[in-house]
Amino acid sequence: MTVTHHPVDLLRFNTCGSVDDGKSTLIGRLLYDSKSLMEDQIEALERSADITGGGQINLANLTDGLRAEREQGITIDVAYRYFATPHRKFIIADTPGHVQYTRNMVTGASTANLSIILVDARQGVIEQSRRHAIIASLLRIPHLVVAINKMDLVDWSEERFLEIKDQFEEFLPRLDIKDVKFIPVSALQGDNIVTLSAHTPWYPGPTLLGHLETVHIASDWNLSNFRFPVQWVNRPNNPTDHTLHDFRGLSGQIAGGIVRVGQKVMILPSGFSSTIKQIWTLDGLQEEAFSPQSVTLVLEHDLDISRGDVIVDAEDLPGASSDLHAKICWMNPRPLTPGKQYLIKHTNQTVKASVTAIEHRINISTLEKEDGITELAMNDLGEIRLKTAKPLIYDGYAINRLTGSFILIEPGTNTTVAAGMLLPPTEVARPEYRDFAI
Amino acid sequence: MKSYHLDHLDYLETEAIHIMREVAAEFERPAILFSGGKDSICLLRLAEKAFRPSDIPLPFLNVATGHEFPELLEFRDRRAKELGAKLIVRSVDEALEKGLAVQAPGQISRNQLQIPVLLSAIEEFRFDCCIGGARRDEEKARAKERFFSFRDSFGQWDPKNQRPEIWNLYNGRLNPGENMRVFPLSNWTEMDVWEYIKREKLEVPSIYFSHQRRCVRRGGQWVPDTKLMPAKANEEVKELIVRVRTIGDIISTGCVESPAATCDDIIAEIAAARVTERGSRADDRVSEAAMEDRKKAGYF
Repeated sequence: MTVTHHPVDLLRFNTCGSVDDGKSTLIGRLLYDSKSLMEDQIEALERSADITGGGQINLANLTDGLRAEREQGITIDVAYRYFATPHRKFIIADTPGHVQYTRNMVTGASTANLSIILVDARQGVIEQSRRHAIIASLLRIPHLVVAINKMDLVDWSEERFLEIKDQFEEFLPRLDIKDVKFIPVSALQGDNIVTLSAHTPWYPGPTLLGHLETVHIASDWNLSNFRFPVQWVNRPNNPTDHTLHDFRGLSGQIAGGIVRVGQKVMILPSGFSSTIKQIWTLDGLQEEAFSPQSVTLVLEHDLDISRGDVIVDAEDLPGASSDLHAKICWMNPRPLTPGKQYLIKHTNQTVKASVTAIEHRINISTLEKEDGITELAMNDLGEIRLKTAKPLIYDGYAINRLTGSFILIEPGTNTTVAAGMLLPPTEVARPEYRDFAI
Repeated sequence: MKSYHLDHLDYLETEAIHIMREVAAEFERPAILFSGGKDSICLLRLAEKAFRPSDIPLPFLNVATGHEFPELLEFRDRRAKELGAKLIVRSVDEALEKGLAVQAPGQISRNQLQIPVLLSAIEEFRFDCCIGGARRDEEKARAKERFFSFRDSFGQWDPKNQRPEIWNLYNGRLNPGENMRVFPLSNWTEMDVWEYIKREKLEVPSIYFSHQRRCVRRGGQWVPDTKLMPAKANEEVKELIVRVRTIGDIISTGCVESPAATCDDIIAEIAAARVTERGSRADDRVSEAAMEDRKKAGYF
């Protein structure tokens, strides 16, 4: 028996928009045309259509929870959906686009390789499209797809398509997005979603799904700067295997770069030097490993290393500072007020932090910086200065999404109140004990 | 040229290992919920991947309904022993005896009764975190569940009070009495689970594979004919070749007519399936449709 279903890798994308712009229809179409919607789900949709929708199937009802939440007036946030084709597995972070727009989109975008912006062909680029692109750019989503939807309602006009493309490209130079693809679609009728449409002979392709299946994502992870935040110290207590008595491994997920046996490394913040002796995994010792693999490193020297320390390439040091400059998205109904103490979780450590200044608020529709701000409210984006109780070992978010990101936690309530992206460090790590290097 | 790129299972694996280690590092007394079912079997392999060569630093907790498939219990005990882990079992029977759980009139299935047993076990052992095998794709309501799902001191989930989860930064901070449920398999689908079981050559209880069983037609699906709830005179009973797709209380676990005898067969069957794992309501049409679709192999 042949197994025909075998995706080779995984693409995470997010979509964001309001109910009217066809986002739900688009997701439904992708799920349906890739045979990922099951009969019982379709039947459930049809039943609810008969009851509440006047016979019109509403693909937004795919998540039952959503409706209950809407009835209760609870904030709707990110829902995750899954589908696969023989080429790829896909995770959709689906963020409804009203009240908590920014907060939800930041959440969904933080793990995405790609973002789909839906533009209604009749309306062209509107403020929401711009906001969406700006957030995708701030979060450094590597790939953007502008799906120009409802092409059937503009008579499949190539001129209209090009006009909207021009509108969009006008503000692209201000963004940090390298790869943008424009695709004319009708989500409702399925044109250019899975198969090329006969209505758009002027469009050479690819289809939306074709693009999602083939867009090059292998270089979306940082493979240049080796960074290994130590997550858990792996020390067998009563090993049955006596060769493991002296085993002292450092477990974690590689946050950047490639590590090889024999590589010279430095442990920060202590500044001790050592060499990689083993890369231990349950599947056997490895000669090398890369981000974002989870491994256990064994060093040549027995050093005092604990969770929160970072192992880096000795020749390529990250930044280290307790004075930080960052862009943040505020996510809590209680606004950010300078001077208040928070906890910052960055890689594998949580330390005390206080916000020393709000430099600007970022206007999410124009990217303009607004000065003279005294607080950041829910869904605001801003640039702040932070002071931490202990220096962070970090990179700029633009270089590395894992070593350049953090969350702020409010002590007491323990709520996550902000997502932060660090600006490039001004100082390279200066190890405290460099002279003692072995 | 060597490719520094993970395939989809590698990606899901490293994400889950990272989460397992966060739990071990950030919580005082975490546990892994282990039922012997396929999802929790994957959890245990991920725990090995996360913590070996050390012992798995979390005990396994099982809330037994007393209505298990015997194959499942045997497997559960054996697997825990093989891994050298501490297995804690708390049962619905015991809780009923002590009055911790009370059966509603007419209630025979024990899926609901597991809740008070779980909560009292959490209190007894002062667990601050339980790792579970739930997946977002298995139920619509779960689509918005977090990896780290916060529970108040009554064990309740408040959808209004969910913490945003951004990048791979999980906020595991708790006040005394509060609890976290952590779901490392959140991003896995039923297909991923089976592909992983196949890749890792994991043993699963035999009931997942095709076998002969006496089944009774109830609520639109075939369920095992057991002494717990014998077939009534007006109920249809049949010897069938079946397997289970998801395991719960034996009296309400739907059996799917299937000849799938290997992981590959199951993977092909899921690829061709037209009904969700939990869509037992339409089970009678599932297997037939699946069988028919399977014949059209080549179209995923």
